Amino acid sequence: MLRAEKIFFKVGEKTLLQETSVAFEENRFHVIMGPNGAGKSTILKILAGSQRPSGGKIFFHEKEIRLFSQNELARLRAVLSQHYNITFPIATSDMVMMGRYPYFKTVPSKSDKEICQMAAGVMQATDLLGRDYNTLSGGEMQKIQMSRILAQIWDTQETENKILFLDEPVSHLDLKYQHQLLQVAKEMCKKNITVIAILHDINLSITYADRILFMKQGRIIYELKDHYQITSAIIKDVFDMDSAIINPGNGKKPVVVF
Amino acid sequence: MSKLSFRFYYFSLAILLFISLIISARVGAVNISYEDILNFFGHKLGFIHDNNPDSIRQALFFKIRLPRVILCAFVGAALSVSGALMQALFRNPIVEPGLVGTSSGAALGAAFVFVMGNRLAGPFANTIGPFLLPLFAFLGGLAATLIVYRLSSVFGKTNVNTMLLAGIAVNALASGGTGFFSYIARDPQARSITFWNLGTLSGADWPAVELVGVSTTLGILICLRYSKSLNALLLGETEASYLGVHAEKLKMKVILINTFIVAMATSIVGVIGFIGLIVPHLLRMMKSSDNRFLIIASALLGAILLNLADMVSRILVAPSEFPIGIITAFVGAPVFLFILINNSRKQQQGGFYA
Repeated sequence: MLRAEKIFFKVGEKTLLQETSVAFEENRFHVIMGPNGAGKSTILKILAGSQRPSGGKIFFHEKEIRLFSQNELARLRAVLSQHYNITFPIATSDMVMMGRYPYFKTVPSKSDKEICQMAAGVMQATDLLGRDYNTLSGGEMQKIQMSRILAQIWDTQETENKILFLDEPVSHLDLKYQHQLLQVAKEMCKKNITVIAILHDINLSITYADRILFMKQGRIIYELKDHYQITSAIIKDVFDMDSAIINPGNGKKPVVVF
Repeated sequence: MSKLSFRFYYFSLAILLFISLIISARVGAVNISYEDILNFFGHKLGFIHDNNPDSIRQALFFKIRLPRVILCAFVGAALSVSGALMQALFRNPIVEPGLVGTSSGAALGAAFVFVMGNRLAGPFANTIGPFLLPLFAFLGGLAATLIVYRLSSVFGKTNVNTMLLAGIAVNALASGGTGFFSYIARDPQARSITFWNLGTLSGADWPAVELVGVSTTLGILICLRYSKSLNALLLGETEASYLGVHAEKLKMKVILINTFIVAMATSIVGVIGFIGLIVPHLLRMMKSSDNRFLIIASALLGAILLNLADMVSRILVAPSEFPIGIITAFVGAPVFLFILINNSRKQQQGGFYA
């Protein structure tokens, strides 16, 4: 379980994240939404432990996150970032293997290799493995990065709850792979993994999220526990957009139209 | 690349190194045949008891030629590994010890000791004297590297343009300082400015081989432990930290080791540029940026190439010799320009980012 207590973040005079307390439920798919500059990436980085908050505490498994060593943390959570800038030639298979770095010293074990294969398999990226990473298209790179992240938190035992952070994971993907990636993330929730993702598409969020958090101006202003709670008033408030909610009924999820 | 093909590269490079060492040991002001070399070793090791050994040539071989060739191999390895390390650290293929000031900073430190050393050590010259040179070379190289590094890194990203400009400034400052020391040097044997800025291996002797050999071997062995972390750095510092790498600590450690091996080499041979640029670049053409491979293969290939360069420097104007730095610059500068142009093209496409 991941929990933040009264965290806030300031850069100079500017407050990027207002004082926030928030808890994430184990094995749930959480989506953070909000307009640009709302502080989504900031809170993600703080929760992932790569950015120290200006104040407040974060607890993971009831232990303060700053008390974990970098390597311990690397075995418990993985982060898919928005951008990667790779300057040097590197084989895609080596890229995916980086996900196993927290687990071996110099030479990957057989199980490390198998896990990489499985992770790439789940992302349907197996046939990309022999290629040079820099020759891939944007979408293919995203798939490889996701495979790497999955390899990092892949756990055949599934004893410990781990967290998957996704910062705009589908930005470079076509329609099919957007759904494929989120489907994979959703599947991970069944393997004792908590997902926290930033998404921009409200209908994608409704489709996959168990919880939706709306942020605006550095604070979380709505926390929806159920996608039926979505209203056009919320969307107007968060994004300043007029919309209508269509409820198809028969257990189908609501659709937001603009 | 699979582990097997890595081994194949190491093995081939090691054989090439051995061959290049032997060929290089033959040529120079006095040519020595392969038979001679075998005989010399035979005598030295006591296999051959000849009544009429060619003692002058044998002495030349063991006192001058052999240490020079071995020193050259170590220096080539040191500079090339340093290039590979710095490129991984700056996440940029156009970095090498000569460009970011490590070499010239170390040369300045060494020049300072050469000229002022006796006054500095005073009555303790005999005890602390031998340590002053490596120490000051290290401090000079470290100061120069840190200045360039700090100036070019903003918010965890390295700006290449700033880095190259800062490198120019620090290099200019350091070689100005070196020039100043050469100018005020009273000792007629104080080595010339040309020596410091272009490098030469003519000062090779066994103590020099020991110093550079030990520092280089040690440095490489330590760096190999960080090769996995350096690979992770390929993704960027934040991403590396997600993989459990403490980027700040790693950078400090690698800069220290890197400066150490470059400084030791530079304090003996002066500034030899571009070798650290070319060697890792050639190896990356194998489409691998695995730092473990790059470090080991750079050491071997660097030793080979610098040996060849030194051989050319001895042949060209024999029995005199040509500064080796001129040769590495003639070959290296065009390669540098090529990589630079290539990179700016990639940058325009939006792919390259430093």
